[in-house]
Amino acid sequence: MSTAGQAPDALEDVFDGTFEAAHLGRELPAARYELSREDLRAYAEASGDRNPIHLDEATARAVGLPDVIAHGMLTMGLAGTVVADWAGDPGAVLAYGTKFTAPVVVPAAAEAVLEVTGSVVGRDEAARTVEVELVATSAGTRVLGRARAVVRLR
Amino acid sequence: MATVSVDESFQGRVYPASGASTVSADAVRAFARAVRAVHPAHHDAAAARALGHADVVAPPTFAVTLAQAAEARFITDPAAGIDFSRVVHGEQRFSHHAPIVAGDELTAEVHVDRVRVVRGNAMVTTRTELARTGGTPVCTATSTLVVRAAEDDA
Repeated sequence: MSTAGQAPDALEDVFDGTFEAAHLGRELPAARYELSREDLRAYAEASGDRNPIHLDEATARAVGLPDVIAHGMLTMGLAGTVVADWAGDPGAVLAYGTKFTAPVVVPAAAEAVLEVTGSVVGRDEAARTVEVELVATSAGTRVLGRARAVVRLR
Repeated sequence: MATVSVDESFQGRVYPASGASTVSADAVRAFARAVRAVHPAHHDAAAARALGHADVVAPPTFAVTLAQAAEARFITDPAAGIDFSRVVHGEQRFSHHAPIVAGDELTAEVHVDRVRVVRGNAMVTTRTELARTGGTPVCTATSTLVVRAAEDDA
């Protein structure tokens, strides 16, 4: 019983960071983030974006939102972490863009859950870059639209 | 039908860079923590240097902190007529020309690419060009904000 024959699935699971291994359709490790009001305060401090709709329930409701919502940039940032971790070098993310299609509502009493998956949807042989599409979902709703990143691989 | 009062004549304006700001390692680490980016290259200078970076590397969306600070000159200008409490983020893109690392001294030039009122809501697209003080381009950050009309007016 050879080691190679024993664990083909495990070998496929571990991405070695090379262009060759990033075949079309290859899935990135999925991530699940729990977000509390405290996490929004931490992002507000770290980013300087202190828009009260992310911090204060009364303000959020006054402008027609169901409750406090996460910064779109926090959602995008968390999904970006999935790509940067997979790439192996955060500096290898060359481009990253998304539309914000729905808010992540963060109630006071419970944490919101954000789930992120991703897969390789494009490859550029000459540049040794791949395009990754990310899907971010909260409470059954897609919160990012056309979220795509271009990553340079070894 | 009432509409938002955003001034479309701001389209095409350019806000030249006004001084440089230095990216601190603490700012990179705090932002990385906020987006759950645990890659050592965000936190440990030695790990970043092992990947060829001069110091700790910013996450892919960190540039938004610099871009939003620079865009504030336009967004918060009373003459532009943008009610920040009614702003939601519509779309965001980053094109990284070089990784942002701690110690970078960056300037930010803001371009108001598009200001349009559509069915009472305003769509405002700004493009912030971040560069090192020597002029080397670092990141193009493009942001589209939606300024929503009040519900009972729309």
